[in-house]
Amino acid sequence: MTPIRVRWHLGRVLSRQFETESAIRLELDVPTWPGNVAGAHLDIRLTAPDGYQASRSYSLASSGESTRVMLVVQELPGGEVSPFLVRQLAEGEEIEVQGPLGRFFVWIPAEPEQSPVQLIAGGSGVVPLFSMASAREREPKGAEFRLLYSVRSPRDEFFADELAELSRTLVEIVHTRESAPGAGQPPGRLTREALAASTFPASLSPRIFICGPTPFVEAVAGWLVELGHDPTQIRTERFGGSP
Amino acid sequence: MGVINSGFGGRHGSSDPRLPPGQTHVYDWPVLSTGPTPNVDEGRWSFTITTEDEVAHRWNWSEFQEVGVEDIVTDIHCVTHWSKLDMAWRGVPIDRLFEDVETSYDYVMVRSYGGYTTNLPLEDLLDGQAWVATEAEGEPLTPEHGGPARLLVPHLYFWKSAKWIRGMEMMPSDDPGFWEQNGYHLRGDPWREERYW
Repeated sequence: MTPIRVRWHLGRVLSRQFETESAIRLELDVPTWPGNVAGAHLDIRLTAPDGYQASRSYSLASSGESTRVMLVVQELPGGEVSPFLVRQLAEGEEIEVQGPLGRFFVWIPAEPEQSPVQLIAGGSGVVPLFSMASAREREPKGAEFRLLYSVRSPRDEFFADELAELSRTLVEIVHTRESAPGAGQPPGRLTREALAASTFPASLSPRIFICGPTPFVEAVAGWLVELGHDPTQIRTERFGGSP
Repeated sequence: MGVINSGFGGRHGSSDPRLPPGQTHVYDWPVLSTGPTPNVDEGRWSFTITTEDEVAHRWNWSEFQEVGVEDIVTDIHCVTHWSKLDMAWRGVPIDRLFEDVETSYDYVMVRSYGGYTTNLPLEDLLDGQAWVATEAEGEPLTPEHGGPARLLVPHLYFWKSAKWIRGMEMMPSDDPGFWEQNGYHLRGDPWREERYW
Protein backbone atom coordinates (compact mmCIF):
# COMPACT_ATOMS: atom_id res chain seq x y z
CA MET A 1 0.00 0.00 0.00
CA THR A 2 1.48 3.37 -0.94
CA PRO A 3 1.43 6.09 1.71
CA ILE A 4 -1.94 7.73 1.99
CA ARG A 5 -2.37 11.37 2.78
CA VAL A 6 -3.42 12.03 6.35
CA ARG A 7 -6.63 14.02 6.79
CA TRP A 8 -9.60 14.51 9.05
CA HIS A 9 -12.55 12.18 8.71
CA LEU A 10 -15.96 11.95 10.27
CA GLY A 11 -16.69 8.64 11.97
CA ARG A 12 -19.86 7.22 13.48
CA VAL A 13 -19.96 4.67 16.28
CA LEU A 14 -21.41 1.46 14.86
CA SER A 15 -21.02 -0.61 17.98
CA ARG A 16 -19.51 -0.48 21.43
CA GLN A 17 -18.81 -3.49 23.55
CA PHE A 18 -16.87 -3.91 26.77
CA GLU A 19 -13.66 -5.82 26.08
CA THR A 20 -12.81 -5.99 29.79
CA GLU A 21 -14.32 -4.23 32.80
CA SER A 22 -12.37 -1.09 31.96
CA ALA A 23 -11.84 -1.22 28.21
CA ILE A 24 -14.24 -0.67 25.33
CA ARG A 25 -14.17 -2.10 21.83
CA LEU A 26 -15.41 0.53 19.39
CA GLU A 27 -16.31 -0.12 15.81
CA LEU A 28 -16.48 3.06 13.74
CA ASP A 29 -17.95 3.62 10.32
CA VAL A 30 -15.70 6.14 8.53
CA PRO A 31 -17.06 6.50 4.96
CA THR A 32 -13.99 8.42 3.70
CA TRP A 33 -11.39 6.20 5.40
CA PRO A 34 -8.79 5.10 2.81
CA GLY A 35 -7.85 1.91 4.66
CA ASN A 36 -4.78 1.43 6.82
CA VAL A 37 -1.85 -0.89 7.30
CA ALA A 38 -1.58 -3.11 10.37
CA GLY A 39 -0.05 -1.25 13.29
CA ALA A 40 -1.32 2.18 12.24
CA HIS A 41 -3.10 4.55 14.59
CA LEU A 42 -5.42 7.52 14.44
CA ASP A 43 -6.11 10.67 16.40
CA ILE A 44 -9.53 11.17 17.94
CA ARG A 45 -10.72 14.74 18.54
CA LEU A 46 -13.63 15.44 20.87
CA THR A 47 -15.46 18.75 20.99
CA ALA A 48 -17.44 19.81 24.07
CA PRO A 49 -20.63 21.89 23.66
CA ASP A 50 -18.69 25.03 24.62
CA GLY A 51 -16.14 24.44 21.85
CA TYR A 52 -13.38 23.01 24.04
CA GLN A 53 -11.45 20.28 22.21
CA ALA A 54 -9.20 17.42 23.25
CA SER A 55 -7.22 15.03 21.01
CA ARG A 56 -5.59 11.67 21.70
CA SER A 57 -3.89 8.96 19.64
CA TYR A 58 -5.18 5.37 19.60
CA SER A 59 -3.85 2.31 17.86
CA LEU A 60 -6.14 0.58 15.40
CA ALA A 61 -6.98 -3.09 15.92
CA SER A 62 -8.13 -3.37 12.30
CA SER A 63 -6.31 -3.06 9.00
CA GLY A 64 -6.96 -3.35 5.28
CA GLU A 65 -9.07 -1.46 2.79
CA SER A 66 -12.20 -1.08 4.84
CA THR A 67 -14.18 1.95 5.91
CA ARG A 68 -14.97 0.23 9.19
CA VAL A 69 -12.25 0.57 11.77
CA MET A 70 -11.95 -1.01 15.17
CA LEU A 71 -10.13 0.13 18.26
CA VAL A 72 -10.01 -0.91 21.89
CA VAL A 73 -9.61 1.87 24.42
CA GLN A 74 -8.38 1.24 27.95
CA GLU A 75 -9.86 3.60 30.54
CA LEU A 76 -7.18 5.51 32.40
CA PRO A 77 -8.56 6.53 35.80
CA GLY A 78 -8.66 10.31 36.08
CA GLY A 79 -8.08 10.66 32.35
CA GLU A 80 -9.85 13.26 30.26
CA VAL A 81 -10.69 11.43 27.04
CA SER A 82 -10.58 7.69 27.75
CA PRO A 83 -13.32 7.69 30.45
CA PHE A 84 -15.63 9.46 27.99
CA LEU A 85 -14.87 6.96 25.22
CA VAL A 86 -15.26 3.98 27.53
CA ARG A 87 -18.31 5.08 29.53
CA GLN A 88 -20.23 7.71 27.61
CA LEU A 89 -19.67 7.76 23.87
CA ALA A 90 -22.95 6.51 22.43
CA GLU A 91 -23.75 4.20 19.56
CA GLY A 92 -24.58 6.34 16.54
CA GLU A 93 -22.61 9.31 17.88
CA GLU A 94 -20.20 11.08 15.52
CA ILE A 95 -16.55 11.73 16.30
CA GLU A 96 -13.71 13.29 14.34
CA VAL A 97 -10.72 11.14 13.52
CA GLN A 98 -7.43 12.01 11.78
CA GLY A 99 -5.38 9.44 9.98
CA PRO A 100 -4.25 6.91 9.06
CA LEU A 101 -1.07 7.62 11.03
CA GLY A 102 2.19 5.73 11.37
CA ARG A 103 4.40 4.15 8.73
CA PHE A 104 7.14 2.71 10.91
CA PHE A 105 5.52 0.55 13.59
CA VAL A 106 3.59 -1.31 10.91
CA TRP A 107 3.60 -4.67 9.20
CA ILE A 108 2.89 -4.87 5.47
CA PRO A 109 2.21 -8.36 4.12
CA ALA A 110 3.39 -7.62 0.59
CA GLU A 111 6.96 -6.98 1.73
CA PRO A 112 9.22 -9.89 0.85
CA GLU A 113 10.14 -11.34 4.18
CA GLN A 114 12.60 -14.08 5.03
CA SER A 115 12.87 -13.60 8.77
CA PRO A 116 10.13 -14.44 11.25
CA VAL A 117 8.15 -11.77 13.11
CA GLN A 118 8.04 -11.61 16.89
CA LEU A 119 5.30 -9.53 18.51
CA ILE A 120 5.63 -8.65 22.21
CA ALA A 121 2.77 -6.89 24.01
CA GLY A 122 2.43 -5.44 27.48
CA GLY A 123 -1.19 -4.81 28.57
CA SER A 124 -3.24 -2.74 26.14
CA GLY A 125 -0.13 -2.52 23.91
CA VAL A 126 -1.54 -5.66 22.32
CA VAL A 127 -3.87 -3.63 20.08
CA PRO A 128 -1.52 -2.81 17.15
CA LEU A 129 0.12 -6.25 17.46
CA PHE A 130 -3.26 -7.96 17.26
CA SER A 131 -3.82 -5.95 14.10
CA MET A 132 -0.56 -7.34 12.65
CA ALA A 133 -1.42 -10.92 13.64
CA SER A 134 -4.87 -10.51 12.07
CA ALA A 135 -3.33 -9.18 8.87
CA ARG A 136 -0.98 -12.17 8.81
CA GLU A 137 -3.98 -14.45 9.28
CA ARG A 138 -5.46 -13.19 6.01
CA GLU A 139 -2.33 -14.16 4.02
CA PRO A 140 -1.97 -17.74 2.84
CA LYS A 141 1.82 -17.48 2.81
CA GLY A 142 4.33 -15.41 4.72
CA ALA A 143 6.66 -15.13 7.64
CA GLU A 144 6.29 -17.15 10.80
CA PHE A 145 4.64 -15.12 13.57
CA ARG A 146 4.79 -15.38 17.34
CA LEU A 147 3.04 -13.19 19.90
CA LEU A 148 4.09 -12.95 23.53
CA TYR A 149 1.41 -11.12 25.52
CA SER A 150 2.05 -10.01 29.09
CA VAL A 151 -1.16 -9.06 30.89
CA ARG A 152 -2.28 -8.80 34.53
CA SER A 153 -4.89 -11.56 34.58
CA PRO A 154 -7.19 -13.54 32.28
CA ARG A 155 -9.92 -10.95 32.98
CA ASP A 156 -7.71 -8.21 31.56
CA GLU A 157 -6.99 -9.93 28.24
CA PHE A 158 -8.01 -8.15 25.06
CA PHE A 159 -9.12 -10.24 22.05
CA ALA A 160 -9.14 -13.42 24.14
CA ASP A 161 -11.37 -15.33 21.68
CA GLU A 162 -9.66 -14.07 18.53
CA LEU A 163 -6.18 -14.83 19.88
CA ALA A 164 -7.22 -18.39 20.68
CA GLU A 165 -8.35 -18.86 17.08
CA LEU A 166 -5.23 -17.57 15.34
CA SER A 167 -3.73 -20.29 13.19
CA ARG A 168 -0.73 -18.45 11.75
CA THR A 169 0.59 -16.85 14.94
CA LEU A 170 1.83 -18.87 17.88
CA VAL A 171 0.42 -17.08 20.94
CA GLU A 172 1.84 -17.26 24.43
CA ILE A 173 0.23 -15.35 27.29
CA VAL A 174 2.02 -14.46 30.52
CA HIS A 175 -0.16 -13.43 33.47
CA THR A 176 1.64 -11.06 35.80
CA ARG A 177 -0.78 -10.83 38.75
CA GLU A 178 -3.34 -13.61 38.57
CA SER A 179 -3.24 -16.90 36.66
CA ALA A 180 -6.07 -18.73 34.97
CA PRO A 181 -7.76 -21.31 37.19
CA GLY A 182 -5.81 -24.55 37.04
CA ALA A 183 -2.78 -22.91 35.42
CA GLY A 184 0.39 -24.88 35.94
CA GLN A 185 2.42 -21.91 37.05
CA PRO A 186 1.98 -18.97 39.41
CA PRO A 187 1.58 -15.46 38.01
CA GLY A 188 4.67 -13.33 37.74
CA ARG A 189 6.35 -10.62 35.75
CA LEU A 190 8.18 -11.53 32.59
CA THR A 191 11.85 -12.30 33.16
CA ARG A 192 14.75 -12.33 30.72
CA GLU A 193 14.84 -16.13 30.87
CA ALA A 194 11.11 -16.47 30.23
CA LEU A 195 11.41 -13.98 27.38
CA ALA A 196 14.23 -16.00 25.82
CA ALA A 197 12.21 -19.18 26.14
CA SER A 198 9.05 -17.73 24.57
CA THR A 199 10.42 -15.82 21.58
CA PHE A 200 12.32 -16.51 18.37
CA PRO A 201 16.05 -16.74 19.10
CA ALA A 202 18.49 -14.12 17.80
CA SER A 203 19.97 -16.76 15.46
CA LEU A 204 16.79 -16.53 13.34
CA SER A 205 17.14 -12.71 13.07
CA PRO A 206 13.45 -12.03 13.74
CA ARG A 207 11.89 -8.65 13.17
CA ILE A 208 10.53 -7.62 16.56
CA PHE A 209 7.65 -5.29 17.44
CA ILE A 210 7.22 -4.35 21.11
CA CYS A 211 4.31 -2.27 22.39
CA GLY A 212 3.40 -1.51 25.99
CA PRO A 213 4.01 0.84 28.87
CA THR A 214 7.47 2.42 28.96
CA PRO A 215 9.00 0.31 31.80
CA PHE A 216 7.87 -2.87 30.03
CA VAL A 217 9.25 -1.77 26.66
CA GLU A 218 12.53 -0.59 28.20
CA ALA A 219 13.05 -3.89 30.04
CA VAL A 220 12.09 -6.15 27.14
CA ALA A 221 14.04 -4.24 24.48
CA GLY A 222 17.10 -4.15 26.75
CA TRP A 223 16.91 -7.91 27.40
CA LEU A 224 16.55 -8.67 23.69
CA VAL A 225 19.71 -6.70 22.92
CA GLU A 226 21.50 -8.60 25.72
CA LEU A 227 20.24 -11.85 24.19
CA GLY A 228 22.00 -10.96 20.95
CA HIS A 229 19.21 -9.43 18.87
CA ASP A 230 20.18 -6.68 16.43
CA PRO A 231 18.85 -3.36 17.84
CA THR A 232 17.93 -2.22 14.32
CA GLN A 233 15.51 -5.17 14.04
CA ILE A 234 13.61 -4.07 17.14
CA ARG A 235 10.79 -1.55 16.75
CA THR A 236 9.08 -0.12 19.80
CA GLU A 237 5.95 1.83 20.54
CA ARG A 238 5.12 3.04 24.02
CA PHE A 239 2.15 4.55 25.71
CA GLY A 240 1.81 6.43 28.90
CA GLY A 241 1.42 9.86 27.36
CA SER A 242 -1.69 11.92 27.79
CA PRO A 243 -4.47 10.11 29.64
CA MET B 1 -16.59 19.85 10.85
CA GLY B 2 -19.04 21.10 13.42
CA VAL B 3 -19.24 17.86 15.41
CA ILE B 4 -20.23 18.32 19.03
CA ASN B 5 -19.86 15.49 21.54
CA SER B 6 -22.63 16.61 23.85
CA GLY B 7 -21.66 14.35 26.74
CA PHE B 8 -18.03 15.42 26.67
CA GLY B 9 -17.11 17.89 29.37
CA GLY B 10 -13.35 17.88 29.15
CA ARG B 11 -11.02 19.12 31.77
CA HIS B 12 -10.57 22.63 30.44
CA GLY B 13 -7.46 22.79 32.56
CA SER B 14 -5.81 22.49 29.22
CA SER B 15 -6.93 25.94 28.09
CA ASP B 16 -3.61 27.44 29.19
CA PRO B 17 -2.57 30.02 26.55
CA ARG B 18 0.89 28.45 26.48
CA LEU B 19 -0.62 25.26 25.01
CA PRO B 20 -0.64 25.01 21.20
CA PRO B 21 -3.84 23.65 19.58
CA GLY B 22 -4.54 19.95 20.15
CA GLN B 23 -2.13 19.70 23.09
CA THR B 24 -2.78 18.60 26.68
CA HIS B 25 -0.78 19.70 29.70
CA VAL B 26 1.01 16.78 31.41
CA TYR B 27 3.03 16.75 34.58
CA ASP B 28 4.97 13.52 34.05
CA TRP B 29 7.42 13.16 31.19
CA PRO B 30 6.39 10.45 28.71
CA VAL B 31 9.07 8.48 26.85
CA LEU B 32 8.82 7.84 23.12
CA SER B 33 11.42 6.14 20.99
CA THR B 34 11.51 3.88 17.98
CA GLY B 35 13.71 1.09 19.30
CA PRO B 36 15.91 -0.03 22.19
CA THR B 37 17.58 2.71 24.24
CA PRO B 38 21.22 2.89 23.14
CA ASN B 39 23.78 2.77 25.90
CA VAL B 40 26.01 5.79 25.26
CA ASP B 41 28.43 6.57 28.06
CA GLU B 42 30.14 9.92 28.30
CA GLY B 43 33.54 8.31 27.67
CA ARG B 44 32.64 7.34 24.13
CA TRP B 45 30.31 10.24 23.38
CA SER B 46 31.37 12.92 20.94
CA PHE B 47 29.64 15.59 18.90
CA THR B 48 30.64 16.44 15.33
CA ILE B 49 29.49 19.09 12.86
CA THR B 50 30.45 18.37 9.25
CA THR B 51 30.19 20.76 6.31
CA GLU B 52 30.28 20.59 2.51
CA ASP B 53 34.08 21.01 2.66
CA GLU B 54 34.29 17.78 4.67
CA VAL B 55 35.54 19.89 7.55
CA ALA B 56 34.63 18.31 10.88
CA HIS B 57 34.23 20.27 14.09
CA ARG B 58 34.41 17.74 16.88
CA TRP B 59 34.13 17.84 20.66
CA ASN B 60 34.50 15.01 23.16
CA TRP B 61 32.53 15.13 26.41
CA SER B 62 34.98 17.24 28.40
CA GLU B 63 35.72 19.61 25.51
CA PHE B 64 31.98 19.98 25.05
CA GLN B 65 31.46 21.05 28.66
CA GLU B 66 34.05 23.79 28.16
CA VAL B 67 32.10 25.36 25.30
CA GLY B 68 29.84 26.81 27.99
CA VAL B 69 26.38 25.85 29.16
CA GLU B 70 23.22 27.91 29.57
CA ASP B 71 20.19 27.39 31.77
CA ILE B 72 16.87 27.52 29.96
CA VAL B 73 13.28 27.33 31.16
CA THR B 74 10.95 26.38 28.33
CA ASP B 75 7.80 24.50 27.30
CA ILE B 76 8.04 21.35 25.18
CA HIS B 77 5.38 19.98 22.83
CA CYS B 78 5.16 16.38 21.63
CA VAL B 79 3.23 15.51 18.47
CA THR B 80 1.44 12.77 20.47
CA HIS B 81 -0.60 15.61 22.03
CA TRP B 82 1.18 16.27 25.31
CA SER B 83 3.00 19.40 26.38
CA LYS B 84 5.12 19.96 29.44
CA LEU B 85 5.40 23.53 30.67
CA ASP B 86 8.20 25.43 32.41
CA MET B 87 10.83 22.72 32.17
CA ALA B 88 14.30 23.57 33.42
CA TRP B 89 17.08 22.56 31.02
CA ARG B 90 20.83 23.02 30.83
CA GLY B 91 22.73 22.80 27.58
CA VAL B 92 25.25 24.23 25.15
CA PRO B 93 23.73 26.78 22.74
CA ILE B 94 23.93 25.72 19.09
CA ASP B 95 25.10 29.28 18.33
CA ARG B 96 28.30 28.60 20.26
CA LEU B 97 28.90 25.33 18.42
CA PHE B 98 28.53 27.06 15.05
CA GLU B 99 30.85 29.99 15.87
CA ASP B 100 33.71 28.58 13.77
CA VAL B 101 31.63 26.66 11.25
CA GLU B 102 31.67 28.00 7.70
CA THR B 103 28.98 26.70 5.39
CA SER B 104 26.83 27.92 2.55
CA TYR B 105 24.25 25.18 3.15
CA ASP B 106 20.97 26.12 4.84
CA TYR B 107 19.82 22.74 6.19
CA VAL B 108 21.01 20.31 8.82
CA MET B 109 20.63 16.56 9.24
CA VAL B 110 20.87 15.71 12.92
CA ARG B 111 22.31 12.25 13.61
CA SER B 112 22.01 10.17 16.76
CA TYR B 113 23.55 7.09 18.29
CA GLY B 114 21.22 4.24 17.39
CA GLY B 115 20.63 5.62 13.90
CA TYR B 116 17.86 8.19 14.41
CA THR B 117 17.90 11.25 12.15
CA THR B 118 15.90 14.46 11.89
CA ASN B 119 16.14 17.43 9.51
CA LEU B 120 16.02 21.12 10.37
CA PRO B 121 16.70 24.42 8.61
CA LEU B 122 19.77 26.05 10.17
CA GLU B 123 17.65 29.12 10.91
CA ASP B 124 15.60 27.03 13.37
CA LEU B 125 18.78 26.15 15.28
CA LEU B 126 20.50 29.54 15.59
CA ASP B 127 19.73 32.82 17.37
CA GLY B 128 19.11 31.37 20.80
CA GLN B 129 16.49 28.85 19.66
CA ALA B 130 18.27 25.52 20.22
CA TRP B 131 20.73 23.73 22.46
CA VAL B 132 22.46 20.41 22.94
CA ALA B 133 21.07 19.62 26.37
CA THR B 134 22.78 17.52 29.01
CA GLU B 135 20.50 18.14 31.99
CA ALA B 136 16.77 18.44 32.61
CA GLU B 137 15.00 19.41 35.83
CA GLY B 138 18.34 19.68 37.60
CA GLU B 139 19.54 16.14 36.81
CA PRO B 140 21.74 14.67 34.09
CA LEU B 141 19.57 13.38 31.24
CA THR B 142 18.70 9.72 31.76
CA PRO B 143 19.29 7.30 28.85
CA GLU B 144 15.57 6.91 28.11
CA HIS B 145 15.26 10.70 27.75
CA GLY B 146 18.29 10.86 25.46
CA GLY B 147 21.22 11.01 27.86
CA PRO B 148 24.00 11.83 27.89
CA ALA B 149 22.99 14.56 25.41
CA ARG B 150 20.03 15.43 23.22
CA LEU B 151 19.05 18.25 20.95
CA LEU B 152 16.58 20.77 22.41
CA VAL B 153 14.53 22.78 19.89
CA PRO B 154 11.51 23.70 22.00
CA HIS B 155 9.69 25.80 19.39
CA LEU B 156 9.19 22.70 17.18
CA TYR B 157 7.49 19.37 17.96
CA PHE B 158 9.73 17.32 20.17
CA TRP B 159 10.65 14.60 17.67
CA LYS B 160 13.01 17.29 16.28
CA SER B 161 14.84 17.34 19.63
CA ALA B 162 16.80 14.19 18.79
CA LYS B 163 17.87 11.99 21.70
CA TRP B 164 21.43 10.56 21.94
CA ILE B 165 22.70 13.20 19.53
CA ARG B 166 26.13 12.61 17.99
CA GLY B 167 26.36 15.16 15.25
CA MET B 168 25.02 17.49 12.59
CA GLU B 169 25.67 17.35 8.89
CA MET B 170 25.10 20.38 6.69
CA MET B 171 22.84 19.76 3.65
CA PRO B 172 22.02 21.86 0.57
CA SER B 173 18.33 20.90 0.70
CA ASP B 174 15.77 20.01 3.37
CA ASP B 175 15.98 16.21 3.05
CA PRO B 176 13.64 14.32 5.39
CA GLY B 177 14.93 12.56 8.50
CA PHE B 178 13.51 9.47 10.15
CA TRP B 179 10.00 10.52 11.18
CA GLU B 180 9.79 12.97 8.31
CA GLN B 181 10.13 9.98 5.93
CA ASN B 182 7.46 8.21 7.93
CA GLY B 183 4.62 10.65 7.50
CA TYR B 184 5.51 13.45 9.89
CA HIS B 185 5.83 17.06 8.83
CA LEU B 186 9.09 18.40 7.42
CA ARG B 187 9.21 21.32 9.89
CA GLY B 188 6.79 20.61 12.76
CA ASP B 189 5.62 23.95 14.16
CA PRO B 190 3.20 23.11 17.01
CA TRP B 191 1.42 26.47 16.79
CA ARG B 192 0.47 25.70 13.18
CA GLU B 193 -0.23 22.03 14.02
CA GLU B 194 2.33 20.87 11.47
CA ARG B 195 1.98 17.25 12.61
CA TYR B 196 1.64 15.13 9.49
CA TRP B 197 1.79 15.54 5.76
